[in-house]
Amino acid sequence: MNSKRRNWAGTVFVYGLLLLIAAIWTIPTLGLLISSFRPGDDVTRTGWWTVLRNPTQANLTLDNYRIVLGMVGDDPRLQEVVKRGQENINLGTAVVNSLTVTIPATVIPILIAAFAAYGFAWIRFPGRRFFFIGVVALLVVPLQIALIPILKDYVRLNLSGTFLGIWLAHTGFGLSLAIYLLYNYISTLPRDILESAFMDGASHFTIFTRLVLPLSMPALASFAIFQFLWVWNDLLVALVFLGASPEVQVLTQRLLGMLGTFGTDWHLLTAGAFVSMILPLIVFFALQRYFVRGLLAGSVKG
Amino acid sequence: MQRVGEMRGFQWLAATLGRLAVSLFVPGLTFLVLWRVFIFLRDTQAPQWLTAGIAIVWGVGGVMALFLLANLVVEQLPARWKTRLTPFVFVGPALVILSWYLALPTVRTFYASLLDARGERFVGLANYVYAFTSDAMLESFRNNLLWLVVGTGFSVGFGLLIAVLADRTHPAFETFIKALIFMPMAISMVGASVIWKFVYEFRPPGAEQIGLLNAIVTALGRQPRAWLLMQPWNTLFLIVILIWLQTGYAMVIISAAIKGIPDELLEAARIDGANEVQIFFKIIIPSIRGTLITVSTTIVIFTLKIFDIVQAMTGGNYGTQVIANEQYNQMFRAFHFGRGAAIAIVLFIAVVPVMWYNLRQFAQQTEAFR
Repeated sequence: MNSKRRNWAGTVFVYGLLLLIAAIWTIPTLGLLISSFRPGDDVTRTGWWTVLRNPTQANLTLDNYRIVLGMVGDDPRLQEVVKRGQENINLGTAVVNSLTVTIPATVIPILIAAFAAYGFAWIRFPGRRFFFIGVVALLVVPLQIALIPILKDYVRLNLSGTFLGIWLAHTGFGLSLAIYLLYNYISTLPRDILESAFMDGASHFTIFTRLVLPLSMPALASFAIFQFLWVWNDLLVALVFLGASPEVQVLTQRLLGMLGTFGTDWHLLTAGAFVSMILPLIVFFALQRYFVRGLLAGSVKG
Repeated sequence: MQRVGEMRGFQWLAATLGRLAVSLFVPGLTFLVLWRVFIFLRDTQAPQWLTAGIAIVWGVGGVMALFLLANLVVEQLPARWKTRLTPFVFVGPALVILSWYLALPTVRTFYASLLDARGERFVGLANYVYAFTSDAMLESFRNNLLWLVVGTGFSVGFGLLIAVLADRTHPAFETFIKALIFMPMAISMVGASVIWKFVYEFRPPGAEQIGLLNAIVTALGRQPRAWLLMQPWNTLFLIVILIWLQTGYAMVIISAAIKGIPDELLEAARIDGANEVQIFFKIIIPSIRGTLITVSTTIVIFTLKIFDIVQAMTGGNYGTQVIANEQYNQMFRAFHFGRGAAIAIVLFIAVVPVMWYNLRQFAQQTEAFR
């Protein structure tokens, strides 16, 4: 009887504690989300939690999003705000830039790594072990080591500030983990399927494109999510290789700028931050299963 | 007879010329097209969404075209060369890129670390003297140590706590709680910095507080504080952001490991009269030791290079400097490439033990790699 009651109290404690932790984890993001829908004057005058006290009388608006996405139209009130905040307030370009950087910087390393993983797993050649040890060694090398030499190369090759330059940089920095993860998967594909294809006289290239790529989709998807989040959320590589020109800057760079210059314009800053978070959050929750599988398969990234 | 011979000779010639044309003309054409598009993309005034679309197709399609092309060329070669070169069609591009972006830069950065600010004059170890004795770097070392110990410790600790507790709840509840804790993993460190800078926002005493932390503090009857200016505690307020971001990662990995512990083991312990605390320390912890080490190592390596949070929250001011931010400052604020390179080498040396451990693990499992 006594132990049963203790069990019951224990269960309540466990559920209560978990709810408390989850609340602490979620409330800061909730504050950001609510503030992004409040007029600027309200945000600076009262805390965002006052909205929760009487939600029906709360003053909520989409104006902040219209301003940061450049969809002001001919609303004189909003145009006034945009004029006051200089041209830097529009994040529309940065959204397109983030997509332009992220999509190829996700697909290119996967493609190159899948080829390499197949080569290491299914073709015997001299130096195979040596090169693969190299890949494993590079897993944890910090990318800071590459910034100065690669920037020098980029200046010489006119690649600094170009999308091609940053795609290649993200490819270089993500490739060792990609090869390692995909090798682990591709090397465990059933031997007899591949061998029967060899018997039929198929070339490595055919086997790779027709057989191995489709079979490896789960592993490719895990790494794709990994790399997508990594590139979309990256700041350092963009700062170093894309530079300060606003035509190419990505969302993280622009948010950093807004934190400096518009440090007090919380209504615009929160809307901008949410714009930068929405796509990764969708990808993340839609494909969480693959992402977790990738996390479990991977070890450490440099 | 002679005719047939002539015919054969002609066929041979035609075939060879055909091969030659394929292996020269097609690559040439491909490179030309890719190059023209690159020039177009670099100089274009077209609308941005259009440029972006073309750039995406160009980048992704270009890589595929290059692989197809390399394969096409190798297929034209005599059998002996074909076998020899095919592996490098597959691993070659990856090896070239890895050498260019990570392997060679290690050597080149080391060389740059021995030169002066503009990479012109040999200065011996002067940059390393800076990297190990300057005030900014000593402050960075102290702060990085704090980040490593507190950040990793709390991320793994909370992750373990949540994973163990959630394992005892209803599966639907467990999924819900874990999703909420895991969510920050999708958020950039800059985005997280905006979220938390808002939490730490400070208004002078008497004014209405809009930052959550100061609102709580004033509601408890205390004075509001400018948290990010409070040395030396401000580094801890930045570390909170890392813990917020990384706990989800630790939780997911540890949770998977806990679910891998055989139920019989736990049942047997309970029948023997072990209580939950004993089960935790005597069975769960030893069973997932390997996982705890892996998770901690990953977070340590991540934390070692912490940059975004410090850059966004304080810019490294008010006593919050860290190694990676000081490296960035030396490169892009002070334009001292020698010092920047030396600091990068310091970061590299810090990960060498992990690299060595990885390689040893790999050598031990090398049976699989015949």
